[in-house]
Formats: sequence, C-alpha cells, structure tokens
Amino acid sequence: MQPVIELDGLEVRFGNRTILDHLDGSLSGRAIGLLGPNGAGKSTLINTLLGFYRPWRGTARVAGHDIRTGIRNVRNLIGYMPENDSFIAGMSAIEFVRYMAELAGLPASAALERAHEALFYVGLGEARYRKLEEYSLGMKQLAKLAQAIAHGPRLLFLDEPTNGLDPPARQRMIRLIRDIREKGDLHLVLCSHLLRDVEETCEEVLILKQGRIVHYANLEQERRLNRKFMEIETDVEGDSFAEGLRELGCECALAGARRLKLVLGDGAEVRDVYRVAAGRGVNIRRLNYRRDSLEDIFLKAMENGAPPPLPPAGNGA
Amino acid sequence: MAVYKRGYEPYDGLRTPQWSRFLIIARYAWRRLSDSRWLMVFLVLCYAYPAVFAALIYLPHNAAVAELLGKFRLVEINPAFFLKFVSEMGSMAFILTGFVGPGLVSPDLTNNALPLYLCRPFSRAEYVFGKMSVLALLISAITWVPGLLLFGFQAYLAGFGWLAANWWIAAAIFLGSWIWIVTLCLLALAVSAWVKWKVVASTLIFVVFFVAAGFAEAISHTLHTELGHVLNLFEVIATIWRWLFREAGSMRLPIGLAWATLAVFCGLCYLLLNKKLRAFHVERS
Repeated sequence: MQPVIELDGLEVRFGNRTILDHLDGSLSGRAIGLLGPNGAGKSTLINTLLGFYRPWRGTARVAGHDIRTGIRNVRNLIGYMPENDSFIAGMSAIEFVRYMAELAGLPASAALERAHEALFYVGLGEARYRKLEEYSLGMKQLAKLAQAIAHGPRLLFLDEPTNGLDPPARQRMIRLIRDIREKGDLHLVLCSHLLRDVEETCEEVLILKQGRIVHYANLEQERRLNRKFMEIETDVEGDSFAEGLRELGCECALAGARRLKLVLGDGAEVRDVYRVAAGRGVNIRRLNYRRDSLEDIFLKAMENGAPPPLPPAGNGA
Repeated sequence: MAVYKRGYEPYDGLRTPQWSRFLIIARYAWRRLSDSRWLMVFLVLCYAYPAVFAALIYLPHNAAVAELLGKFRLVEINPAFFLKFVSEMGSMAFILTGFVGPGLVSPDLTNNALPLYLCRPFSRAEYVFGKMSVLALLISAITWVPGLLLFGFQAYLAGFGWLAANWWIAAAIFLGSWIWIVTLCLLALAVSAWVKWKVVASTLIFVVFFVAAGFAEAISHTLHTELGHVLNLFEVIATIWRWLFREAGSMRLPIGLAWATLAVFCGLCYLLLNKKLRAFHVERS
C-alpha cells in the first residue's frame, strides 16, 4: 500500500525551541491516530503537513507530494477540521460549507449540492440555514466536519474533533468518523489526546512526546496478537504444564512459581490449554487474556520514551 | 447524490481552474457588501461629483449656454480640472476605504478562519488579492472609471485635436488613481490584520492619515521646513498627482521624496500583512 504520510528527518523549530525533532517513518493505514500529551507536537505535525509551518530541516510527503515543493498538490487532496473555533462570521452553515467547497475547487452548483449533503450527513440538515454564530459548540464541530468533507478529500485531517463535546455528541462524532472511514475512499489522520477516541477510530497510532515519536503501534495487529496472549495461574508449580503447552505449539514462559504467560500457537485454542492441564493434573485457577490496551501502550511509551519501531520512509512506495 | 441518501461520497466531478479561485473570495465579499444600504447610498452620492464635472464639461459646448455666458469662461477644461476631479474622488475613496476595508479581513481573523482558507489549494497572496480586488473594484468605480469617462466626454466634445494634445491626462488619471487604490487597499488590509477588530481598524485608518497630517503640519511650522509634510500621506499622494498632471508649481515636497515615502509606506503595510496573515501564530523564543 502506498504510504499516506512519509516523514523524512522532519524538524520544526519556533525560534530556538525544537517542536518536532527529527521525525522519520512512513504511515499507510486507513485511519492514523496521532497521540500524545498536550504540547507533544501533534497539532504542529498536522499544521506542518498542511504547509502552515515550514520545516527547519528534513521534509515530509503526503500521498507522494513533498510538502516543501508541492504543498498545493497536498492541499488539493486534503480536508481539514481545525481544533479551534474556526468559521466565517455572518454566514449560515450552508453558505459556509458551500463557500469552503468552492474554494476547494468545486463549481458553484456542485458546491451547493455537496454542502447540503454534507450538512445532512453530519446531522445539521434542519439547522443548515441558521447563522454559525447561533450554533452550539457541538454544532460548530459538526459544521467544521462538514466543511472538511464537502469537497470529497482523499485525506482528512481531524484535529481534536471531540474537543468540548458532551458524551452523546462525542459518540455521534466518533460514529461519523468511523462511517467516513468505512464508506469513503479516503484516509484519515486523527489527532487527539483522548485515548478512547483514537482507539475507537484508528488502525495505526503514532505516539509523540516532546516532539519525538516515542511509539508506533499498529492497533489492528496488536488486537490480533492480544487475542492470543494469555496469563494463567495454576494450583501447583507449572513446569510440566508448560512443557505440555510447548508441545502444543505455544510460546510459554514462567512468570512465577505458579504463573505462566503464553502465546497460543497457530491452530491452538483455549480448550486445548484446558485439555493439557487436565492431562497433567493441573488445575487452572485463573486465565486472563492479557490485552495491552491503548492506555497501556501509551503509558509505556510515556515512561520509556523508547525509539520507535516505525517503518522507514519510502518503503511502501 | 440526492440529499435524502445522507451518506458520505467522494467527489470526482469537475474542478474550477486554479487561477479563478481568488474571484470566489471577491464574489462572496461583494455579496456581503452589497447587502449594506449605506454603502449603496454612499456610492450613489459619490456619483454627484462626476455629474457636476460632466455638466461643467458639457455647458461650454452647448451653443445656448455659450451664447448666454458670452466671453465668461465657466471653467477651464485643462489638467488642473482633471487633477481637481481625481483629488475629490480620491477623498471619497479614502472615506470608502475607512468604512469598507476593515470589514473584509478583520472578521476572518477574529473568527480564526484563515486556516480554513489556507488549508485549501489557495495561497496567502491569492487571499489578499481576492479581498483587495473587491475594494479595488469599488474604488475604481468612483475614481478612474468616471475619470476616464469624463476625459472621453471632453475628447468627444472638443475633438481629435484636443485628444491628441492631452492624451497623457487619461494616463495620469488611470495611473494616479491606481497608485491611490493600491495604497489604500494595502493600508486597509494591513491595519485590519493588525488590530483584528473592525471598528478599531476603521478608526486607525483615519488616525493614520489625520494624526500624521497634524504632526506633519506641526513639524513644518516648528522647523520652518516643507519636509515635515513627508508624514502627511495626503500631501505625499497630492504631490505625486500634481507631478503626474504636470502641475509641479504647487508641489510642497520633492517628487523623489514623495515616491520614496509612498514606497516605504506600502512596504511597511506589506510587511505587516505578511507577518499577520498566517494560519497560525507561534511564540518564538
């Protein structure tokens, strides 16, 4: 799959402060999450990819277009939902979305049609003739989403899309993002400090800390692996039990006298584990699927600050 | 796709040419301005001047009026006549800029709309050009357009001989008006980008001219020099106009200094615009 974003030694500085510090790697997922605490550089990375900030060193490519030399091509492909309140005063939602679609290159009539569709799609159909100033925060977020998708972008940047939303509005926004990801022929980059938002919508996660990539996780892969990872506690010491599990094709390690960690082998299932235990006269006291949640991954990344196991730029081209 | 389907669909249809996108900004800005009744009333009032000047051109050519006036000349139709017209309309253009200019950019900055414009295939220069074009169009409508119509009217009545001898007046009307248009547009946009608040920006535009003119007068009186007028932008532009209309006798500033002052002023406005019109501002430390 062609990489959506390739980072090639990207460095961004504001004065003497280094905001993004030599980012390298390649992202090709359909939904990419940018995670990190406040001030980690998530929004700066998005803004640099949009061409708002000029890289101090290195570069990045979006869908194969270099941000230094082909930013107009990049902008032709993208839709952007900014984090802050952004709108044009004195306009109704329909005028606003139409205007934005026209600026993205749609002819006036197509822009109007798409503006109606986008506003109905995000759930503002009945309120589309109201002035944006009269909208609630949640409605403004939806209007921002509508303007980002009205022109049919290939890549959608969503900067903190659930900011300031109450739980039902947040759920609605997450549902919309998932729906866009599933139905549209587009990639999306979601930037958030809310782990649940990213976990519920993204396949790939890039965790940033102090301007550096501290972890890259393919959530789909992790989810598949996690389904095979178990922790078992037995009533007796488990040496022979572990041997039996290894014969079954499982990777197995003792995590204490009566505790085992194992990764199920191909074709092995949980009932096989119970069968081996019964055969060796071992009682299983507890069996957990040890699932590393995104929260675990995030916390580990924050503690370790380890160098990222991220695919190098240019690999997937 | 029909509205009732309510699903997300990518767009694969036609796209407008890149060069024409700035016109979208101009079109929307004009639509908002045209809702203002005050603006329309002001524009109509502005045409009182060209009407009076047209009458002054026509009357000496009317046989009945010429007979009535005899040897008395109502007004001489010469470069000074057109200079007077450009000066009067230039003042109206200044008032128009003070009221219309800040409304073009300030609301976008106040509501953080620039990232929405600039994340599209659209540069800052195109944004500025789109916004400026509305103001330039409005000012053109009350300066060089009626100016050239009056010139054409006079040429039609006076004949080809007058036209051949005075064609440069048309060039002076056009050039003089455009210098003023560019200056006013840059000032209006730069001040609006700086203060971001429409009312304050309007006030500041008037302050830039009137307070600076006051200072210029004070300096000139105190130091007994005409060079103080370099701070008075009205005087600077008037000097350039007089030079263009070959009325050098009434110039209070050296023409080179006037051009240099205007260039510095426009350069400062450009730098201010360049600094302030950005999608995001960052603290550099």
